[in-house]
Amino acid sequence: MTEPLISRIKPILGLDNKWWWDQAAEGVLAIQRCIGCQSLRHPPRPMCDQCQSQDWDFISSSGKGTVCSFTVLHHPKFPGYDYPLIIVLVELAEGTRITSQLTDCEPDDVDFDMPVEMVMQRDADGFQLPYFRPSH
Amino acid sequence: MNSLHNKAAIAGIGCTEFSKNSGRSELSLAAEAVVAAVRDAGLPPSEIDGLVSYTLDPTDEIEVARSVGAGDLTFFSKVNYGGGAAVGVVHQAAMAVATGQANNVVVYRAMNGRSGQRNGQGVSGQIVTSDLVHWSWYQVYGMLTPGSWIAMIANKYMSKYGVSAEDLGRVAISQRNYAVTNPRAFGYQKPLTMETYLASKMIASPLRLYDFCQESDGGCALLITSAERAADLKQKPAVIRGITQASTQGQEQMTSFYRDELSTLPEMELAAKRVYAQSGLQASDIDAACLYDAFTSEVVMQLESFGFCGVGEAKDFIKDGGLDIDGRLPNNTHGGLLSEAYIHGMNNIAEAVRLIRGQSTNQPKNVEHVLVSSGVGVPTGAMILGQG
Repeated sequence: MTEPLISRIKPILGLDNKWWWDQAAEGVLAIQRCIGCQSLRHPPRPMCDQCQSQDWDFISSSGKGTVCSFTVLHHPKFPGYDYPLIIVLVELAEGTRITSQLTDCEPDDVDFDMPVEMVMQRDADGFQLPYFRPSH
Repeated sequence: MNSLHNKAAIAGIGCTEFSKNSGRSELSLAAEAVVAAVRDAGLPPSEIDGLVSYTLDPTDEIEVARSVGAGDLTFFSKVNYGGGAAVGVVHQAAMAVATGQANNVVVYRAMNGRSGQRNGQGVSGQIVTSDLVHWSWYQVYGMLTPGSWIAMIANKYMSKYGVSAEDLGRVAISQRNYAVTNPRAFGYQKPLTMETYLASKMIASPLRLYDFCQESDGGCALLITSAERAADLKQKPAVIRGITQASTQGQEQMTSFYRDELSTLPEMELAAKRVYAQSGLQASDIDAACLYDAFTSEVVMQLESFGFCGVGEAKDFIKDGGLDIDGRLPNNTHGGLLSEAYIHGMNNIAEAVRLIRGQSTNQPKNVEHVLVSSGVGVPTGAMILGQG
């Protein structure tokens, strides 16, 4: 697959999410963990909605999961992305979900409950983000 | 809980022409719609003492007030969350008139949704806010449009209950059939067949072109006043029997993907529970509806949220002609956002008022109560209108 000449839209980095992208840059798919009650949450937020603790750390996900839902995007086509673009909602083995892209898969082959695994995508400009691919 | 029951009414409606290129400013559209709404009620603009719009609306209340020659304002407000604000603005106005904060509140939404800022083109931004951080989790993957966000939930729901493309197509066609006879509608005299629907291009699977609403230029406004005053005005009032806003646990704007259950609309279920309790009515009392319809799948899912059928049965309700003029629940009899115009849900409320008055171009028989909802997948709301 050829790299698009124009890069994808980069995440806006603030105090509540920059740490997650720093982990991705290191190759880690992080899941935020509450220190107060040990519950996991994603997308990251500063406070635990179960126990209201603002103390948290994170775990490194196994990257294993299944497709909870998906959509294949055809139009409109934005520069920086490859189409048809398969977007998946992955239910990770750890129990949290993450919205990501499915790679190494034909659009017609993606299905519910399909086993997938994380593969860290590195763009031409060096930006890294977790993708998923079918696992066998 | 009953404090807003029968306290306020919609006494005037005003709409501009709907088009793909208005050639006018949003302020011009807003001013025309607002003046039309008060004149519809037989009042002069100088009687306006409150104005409410959407946070996404580009025209501030005082710009409208100055343009139309409103009176002194004692209430002004804006409601967030895109089309979720449609009932929300009426809710604000109803609370204001019920508590004496203002007497004649006009709510409005005017947009150049095709020739100017197109909602369908998605979001972007540079400033760091929690809202923009939220969107960035999706932008980075190219998930940039309302269609992409709604498709994720629609796909899950359709898979779980065996809903087919034809089932979605029936919603698009039912509403287009209404639009065909509505001169204001984009779909006026433009029928849609199942063949054309199925052949239309896939945008964000499972959603095709005709599952998407219009992108439109135009404005709509509504005059809200007390039920008592409304009874003395020119038009038959549409009395608000029950009205609420609703946002539930795990709520995100468009991407509530992390709740245990993805095949329901919890915020609409909350809205349903509250409007039925407030009005003392139930689903069987509702004669017609204007269910928010930025996408066909939203109509399907809301039939279950509001209890018009059992869970997973909406496709059968639709197949049986339930949304059609002689069906159980004539829905979006103007064509809706899908086939009349996309004025962010305000044109759906205007149609609900026409249904109460008996003025729809597709008027079903015996309409006592009409249900209206706002945006799906966002913090939202619903209301029930009844005869004065």
